[in-house]
Amino acid sequence: MRKFYTLLSREVRGYFYSPIGYIVLIFFLIVSGIDFYFQVSFMNQRQVQYTVQEAFFNSVFFWFAFVLIFPLITMRLFAEEFKLGTIEPLTTVPVRDWQVVLSKFFGALVFYLILWIPTLLYFWIFLKITNQPAANSAGAYFGSYLMLFLLGMFYVSIGCFTSVLTKNQIIAAVISFCAITLLFFLGLVQFVLLDVTTTTRDLLGYFSAIEHMGTFSRGVIDTRPIVLYVSMTLVMLTLTYHAFQSRKWRL
Amino acid sequence: MIKVENLTKRYAGQPAIRDLNFEVSQGEIMGFLGPNGAGKTTTMRILAGFMPPTSGRATVAGFDVFKQSLQARAHLGYMPENVPLYSDMRVTEYLNYRAALKGVQHRRIAERVGDVKELCGLREVEKKLIGTLSKGYRQRVGLADALLAEPDLLILDEPTIGLDPNQIRQVRELIKNLGRHHTILLSTHILPEVEMTCGRVIIIHKGRIEACDTPDNLLGKIRQAGGVLLEAKVGKDNAAEELKKISGVRDVVTDGDDDWKRLSLRVESGVDVREEVFRLATDRHWVLRELTQRRATLEDVFVELTHPDLV
Repeated sequence: MRKFYTLLSREVRGYFYSPIGYIVLIFFLIVSGIDFYFQVSFMNQRQVQYTVQEAFFNSVFFWFAFVLIFPLITMRLFAEEFKLGTIEPLTTVPVRDWQVVLSKFFGALVFYLILWIPTLLYFWIFLKITNQPAANSAGAYFGSYLMLFLLGMFYVSIGCFTSVLTKNQIIAAVISFCAITLLFFLGLVQFVLLDVTTTTRDLLGYFSAIEHMGTFSRGVIDTRPIVLYVSMTLVMLTLTYHAFQSRKWRL
Repeated sequence: MIKVENLTKRYAGQPAIRDLNFEVSQGEIMGFLGPNGAGKTTTMRILAGFMPPTSGRATVAGFDVFKQSLQARAHLGYMPENVPLYSDMRVTEYLNYRAALKGVQHRRIAERVGDVKELCGLREVEKKLIGTLSKGYRQRVGLADALLAEPDLLILDEPTIGLDPNQIRQVRELIKNLGRHHTILLSTHILPEVEMTCGRVIIIHKGRIEACDTPDNLLGKIRQAGGVLLEAKVGKDNAAEELKKISGVRDVVTDGDDDWKRLSLRVESGVDVREEVFRLATDRHWVLRELTQRRATLEDVFVELTHPDLV
């Protein structure tokens, strides 16, 4: 456990050693700031049926930033170690492969969660200035952030997997970007296809991150997406683990 | 400490090492020699648990390097070739991190890191980013890293490559001192280094062990065990023919166009022909200005075993 913690702390600190961490942080702050500003000023101009908090987590800006950050966060995880050769000292000390894989996964996840901390401030500032809560209930906040966590977990695990496949960070980033975008659009297909049965529509809807976020940000905690994302994360991490081990017979 | 049996590794069907068998006992400094691509790094990587062999087995401190990899790894300190390091960490920070990974007890980390920094002369760069260090210092960080957990066995892949002569001398001294408490397997291209530090030497060529013995025995075994160099004014005599008649002389090569001829004599091992050469010279009234016994070096052994055409 101590070794895992040592690895994890290096992974998290690694983001702040290199410019990439700060660039992602700044990019994300700008986009989420603009998102928040737009939603509030939009709602100032007309009557709407949703809350600021719902609008913030369901806008185009949000999804744009969302699918883009994962490749940036995860591309270096394994690819950089392979490229620099630091994988050799790392795997010749007495640590287990799963400790390495999990530390990288949780390292990226922790950094991802750090990205969201400032957004809590937005809602607090909104409350202070307007004297109105940004959401209808505490459950809506909880639901949104829970969904952020679940989606983040799944997408980070996809990024982990693509990074372990190559020693080129760009390739890792492109593959994970494609995979995440495809998954994201899979949920939109139901709106495009007209002559499909309700079953197909439901099935596709089951993968729709937009729909899940819509539900959770209203404060409705649905267990189906929770099962989906947790199990898919486990699948991706298992794949990552085996791909990481494959270096032993592939070399 | 190390036991290697029929170790074979193939890359995409191409054998990198074939049927290696050797043992390194406790407290020994074993030199690992061979031309580039002979399979030194492959062997060391297998021993360090970085990759499994295709067939055969190897044990470190009694643990199979593949099946009981974790226990085996806990007994060794490995310094990979070219020393890959995280360039964005500072020296002390990196060593602390590595010590924790190697399972050094928390309260002993500061002490161990201090010790290895002292030993490897890293005090003056301890706060620097590894990325800004010179090759020599990076090499020392790698060596310090290998020593952190006080391992029984050190596997050093070319520890002196890229160092200047002073640094090479320092590292050599360091390795010699380490040899008192550790078992060491080190690979290198610098042959005098091996002669000075290693108790035994393995010469590996095209994935096979060509020789495994003490440096002295290796020198005794080779065909061309040194020779005698003679520089003399021989007049019209065919000096080469005359010299070949001396027993023990195998071959003479003549060099030089003017009056002074340089003659290199190849001599059988263990024979000193200088006295006879001197007698011959006085008989024939040759003028001598040099008569030197040339000792065979490990370099001769190395060349003879790995590239016989050059002998």
